[in-house]
Amino acid sequence: MSAETLKNSWMGGVSPVGVANGKLMMWYFIVGDAFTFAAFLVAYGFVRDVAPAYTGLIENFSFSDLYWPVADKVFNAVPFLHGVNAPLIFVGIMTFILILSSVTMVFAVEAAERKDVQGIQKWMLWTLVGGIAFLGCQAWEWTHFIIGTHEGTLLSDGTLYHGASLVKNQYGPQAFAAFFFFITGFHGFHVFTGVLLNFIVLYQASTGTLHKNGRYPWVENVGLYWHFVDLVWVFVFTFFYLI
Amino acid sequence: MNQENLSLNTPDSKKIRLIIRVAVLLGVVTLVEFAIAFILEAGLLKNILFILLTFVKAFYIVGEFMHLSHEKKFLIWSVVGPMIFLVVLIVLLFYESSVYPT
Repeated sequence: MSAETLKNSWMGGVSPVGVANGKLMMWYFIVGDAFTFAAFLVAYGFVRDVAPAYTGLIENFSFSDLYWPVADKVFNAVPFLHGVNAPLIFVGIMTFILILSSVTMVFAVEAAERKDVQGIQKWMLWTLVGGIAFLGCQAWEWTHFIIGTHEGTLLSDGTLYHGASLVKNQYGPQAFAAFFFFITGFHGFHVFTGVLLNFIVLYQASTGTLHKNGRYPWVENVGLYWHFVDLVWVFVFTFFYLI
Repeated sequence: MNQENLSLNTPDSKKIRLIIRVAVLLGVVTLVEFAIAFILEAGLLKNILFILLTFVKAFYIVGEFMHLSHEKKFLIWSVVGPMIFLVVLIVLLFYESSVYPT
């Protein structure tokens, strides 16, 4: 970059970052939001590191509030397959749904770059379907987590407890369920917000206001948010379900 | 419809191919993570592999899907740079958790 253009880009009138204001602000919002999620996940890592780990054989694992549970044993159910042990399968399906809806979102943004309103409508609809499917899966996952197993777990205070609440849970230490609710809940809330934003884009594209007001860059900004939601899930999947 | 409009209304096949390639890569990495979850014994190696693969996925989502790799350096660093604070937080809390009374 020559000295003249460098000077010009900092003297006003030209953006030194080369993107529109709305997109820049979306990026900085994402940076802030990334800190919030990182704080959740780091706090989770801290509490988990402090809590006693299960040391026995994995085959003999049973739930207890004395040690941190093994994720494969907690998240091992799939809808319509009651009693079948399918560790991490359902959460894997959820991961694929979210990645796929991220892909359709890239196609929607690509269509927006060409001012192709029909393309935006088609791909936003698919993105919306993916988002709603993910939320549906999460609703099932939460219900299953809250209701718990038939046998329940005998806690160290002597009560037999089924499922989970913010106060007690049958899977492990009190903080385990609390972190599950807060981390996946906060992420789910972001997905919900993303679905609303996607719906607004689809609505504006369908009614023609998107084209009339020339708001094609807005599709890209919503796209950035949606990819960020996918990105957060990638981290939640690793740190909450895999490790 | 003139020539210019026509070219605007067909997807850029090079871009589409790149998107599909990244999507397949994300899927494959997730499948590899699945395999590792069931093959390897719990331990440090397993966790390191999971974290590395997560960052591979993050790199492609942020770089290609969010298009950050193709932005100006200034924007790239103003987004990636602040993440250095997270490294500090993680190092501090990992130290703290090792000395925290259980």
